[in-house]
Amino acid sequence: MRILPSLLRTLALAMTLAFAPAIVFAQSADDAFARLNADSFSDTARAIDILVQSAHPNAAVIIEALADGRLLAGGGAVAVKTKEGSFLDARTGQALAAPPAGLNPVRLNNNVRRVIQGALGGLGLINPDPAKRVAAAEAVFRARDVSVLPVLEAAIAKETNDRARRALREAQAAILIAKTDAPPFDRIAAVDVLRERGDQDALATLRALPGDATPGLKEAQARAISDIEGKLALWRAGQNLWYGLSLGSVLLLAAIGLAITFGVMGVINMAHGEMVMLGAYTTFVVQELIRAHAPVLFDWSLAIALPAAFVVAGAVGIAIERGVIRFLYGRPLETLLATWGISLILQQAVRTAFGPTNREVGAPSFMSGAFELGGLAITWNRLWIIVFAALVFLALLAILKLTPMGLQMRAVTQNRRMASAMGIRTGRIDALTFGLGSGVAGLAGVALSQIDNVSPNLGQSYIIDSFMVVVFGGVGNLWGTLISAMSLGVANKLLEPYAGAVLGKIALLVFIILFIQKRPRGLFALKGRAVEA
Amino acid sequence: MITRFLLSNMDKRGYAFLVLVAAIGLLVPLANLLMPAGSPFHVSTATMSLWGKYLCYALLAISLDLVWGYCGILSLGHGAFFALGGYAMGMYLMRQIGSRGVYGNPVLPDFMVFLNWGELPWYWYGFSSFPFAMLMVLLVPGLLAFVFGWFAFRSRVTGVYLSIITQALTYALLLAFFRNDMGFGGNNGLTDFKDILGFNVQAQGTRAALFAMTCTMLIAGFLIARGIVGSKLGKVVIAIRDAESRTRFLGYRVDRFKLFVFTVSACMAGVAGALYVPQVGIINPSEFAPANSIETVIWVAVGGRGSLVGAALGAVVVNWAKTMFTSGFMAPYWLFALGALFVFVTLFMPKGILGTVQGWWEKRRKPEALPAADPAPAE
Repeated sequence: MRILPSLLRTLALAMTLAFAPAIVFAQSADDAFARLNADSFSDTARAIDILVQSAHPNAAVIIEALADGRLLAGGGAVAVKTKEGSFLDARTGQALAAPPAGLNPVRLNNNVRRVIQGALGGLGLINPDPAKRVAAAEAVFRARDVSVLPVLEAAIAKETNDRARRALREAQAAILIAKTDAPPFDRIAAVDVLRERGDQDALATLRALPGDATPGLKEAQARAISDIEGKLALWRAGQNLWYGLSLGSVLLLAAIGLAITFGVMGVINMAHGEMVMLGAYTTFVVQELIRAHAPVLFDWSLAIALPAAFVVAGAVGIAIERGVIRFLYGRPLETLLATWGISLILQQAVRTAFGPTNREVGAPSFMSGAFELGGLAITWNRLWIIVFAALVFLALLAILKLTPMGLQMRAVTQNRRMASAMGIRTGRIDALTFGLGSGVAGLAGVALSQIDNVSPNLGQSYIIDSFMVVVFGGVGNLWGTLISAMSLGVANKLLEPYAGAVLGKIALLVFIILFIQKRPRGLFALKGRAVEA
Repeated sequence: MITRFLLSNMDKRGYAFLVLVAAIGLLVPLANLLMPAGSPFHVSTATMSLWGKYLCYALLAISLDLVWGYCGILSLGHGAFFALGGYAMGMYLMRQIGSRGVYGNPVLPDFMVFLNWGELPWYWYGFSSFPFAMLMVLLVPGLLAFVFGWFAFRSRVTGVYLSIITQALTYALLLAFFRNDMGFGGNNGLTDFKDILGFNVQAQGTRAALFAMTCTMLIAGFLIARGIVGSKLGKVVIAIRDAESRTRFLGYRVDRFKLFVFTVSACMAGVAGALYVPQVGIINPSEFAPANSIETVIWVAVGGRGSLVGAALGAVVVNWAKTMFTSGFMAPYWLFALGALFVFVTLFMPKGILGTVQGWWEKRRKPEALPAADPAPAE
């Protein structure tokens, strides 16, 4: 692991000023310069150790130059060629007027390189910035260079930051556990430290225990390995759960609009997937416009695309309802066919307008990248989609529960004729519901454009899954859709490691087919005579 | 008695259909085999195979019309039964290749050798025998339909829900057959066939025989469907379509009638698939695609739901139009046309071509008669 050169220069200074007294002077720096002149790999390696341990003011510069092949030696003199091409005296750090004659670059082999890595790590251990000390400790952890041990121990004694101290201790443990002449008790303690760390690296370090281990050490090692493996399995399960929630929120977004229209109107809208696709293409168009006219706004492109997608998909939805579905009331199967026809037309229209290939939709800066939470790797876009799905869900819930329109929608869902008799204009409610459901599908399209290919077939890949969610969750109940989407998503991802992606999906489909036999109206069915009709 | 079962309630249109199909089944192969290539009466082998394909689709449409048009079960998974029948036939044809495959393995089909399989999976046993394979063509789709229908109809899954789970069924099969581990050739399916019953599949004579066989099966399927629909059982089935609850209250075991019709229909679809495969030369998992099954529904709707002749007619007309469209400069617009067809037929021609034409005809003959009110289902 390379430490940044700029950082090295500051730390060399810091080392001399603050920590030098704590370091035991094993040999004088002169010895190191003599060894650098000897042109032997083992002497070079030893010289690096001495430079680090003697806390020579130029140690960082010298070692860094050595790593880059810019350290010259010959005739007792050692010089550093800087990156700019000028020359410094390695001992004093003074600039040299003329390029010294008779000096050759100090040669490296793999062993020396490894020592250099460890030494650079060791130098980083006493950086004033705790984050850099942690990074250096990680480097030492991986390099496991025994020669850094004294520096490491000194650094631990001085360390005040808890996180850095833990990292340093782990690095020390990684070295100790492989050091056959270390006291057995220390090595067992090192095993414990690694067990605490409990990640894949710790596991690898523990597995690499030399064969000389005492029975006690071996036992501790076996216990630690099984401990870590158990913990890692737990994290993996947690990761799968996270993937499952992420898939569940995608399913929720895709299906919730369908659930509303199906609930209120009793028709299956086969063109629902195409509304999702329209939302995704709206995002694409909005981004293209922003790229062309106002690149500054790019990070806001999704926020701008959201209302646009809602309006586009919602308007198309209302047009479909007024133009086709309204004439097919009481004939749900015919509606299914007609909307399938519409979906074909929309797909082909998009294919004609935008071409059959995938379109590139960019991610705003806040949605790219990932971070780690414990043992979980979490990508920002997935996190945002979960948040977004939750917001959409809450907004719909609020619309249904708090607005007059929601009240009327629920009334029509429960008993269309009675609602009509009470003066609700059911036709208008149907159109608005269809518009709302389609608009939500458009919103889903904006989210899906971030994680899926934006192609004319985008909707097709979600439509069957959405049906499954709606059918499983039951009709006319948003909570049913939520629970259904999340449980299907999680079950899918938890099955995947055991059965593979395809078999897991097949198993779920078969499960739903069987489940429908048991509860033909889904998990949360509306009760009442009117619903039976 | 069987003749009476098959020919009872046969109307003029039915007889006309039978005569037409029989004539095509006889004349087209003869025109292909006996007429010289330059003659205006000559039918090329490619054309004959193409029409053979249409007629397989017609049989599939009749099978779907039996459940949808007469029993009210909108199956969006009939393509699955068609494809299963096709796969049964494909497996027989694969076994007939013998050691003539690319890898020359006398037992294993090429794709198994390619996947390093040691021996034939158990479910491939027996498919080297033609009678066994033909039994499977009927049995596999029939059994699947029976088990599926047994569960679905007993628990009274109806309407849209049933359509959705039939779609889930064919989608699950699609995913399953895409897997290489299933032992059905994965993505590529089964192809590169050589012989059927010892005759070369590609040969002109075999093609003609397959075409004649397709016509025979179409006639047989039509007669069976007609027989079922015209029988007392058929009346109950139609009653179930129109008022399921009322039929149940009258004491009929609705689920058993539905199960019977559904299973027979699946077997018919299987036969259609089995005839389709040797004429097309390939069967792959895309036949399971839900879109295919929905397209089958539109054939029936175009021709005339609730009319067996109409279903067959719809299948031929739509597929002929598809060939016309997709082979010319209009190719990009085929999906527009198909989509518009879905919308147009459901909105303006709920009875399909045949029903609409018949409506005009009757209006012209009895202009004074009041239009019959469309009785709304009592449920």
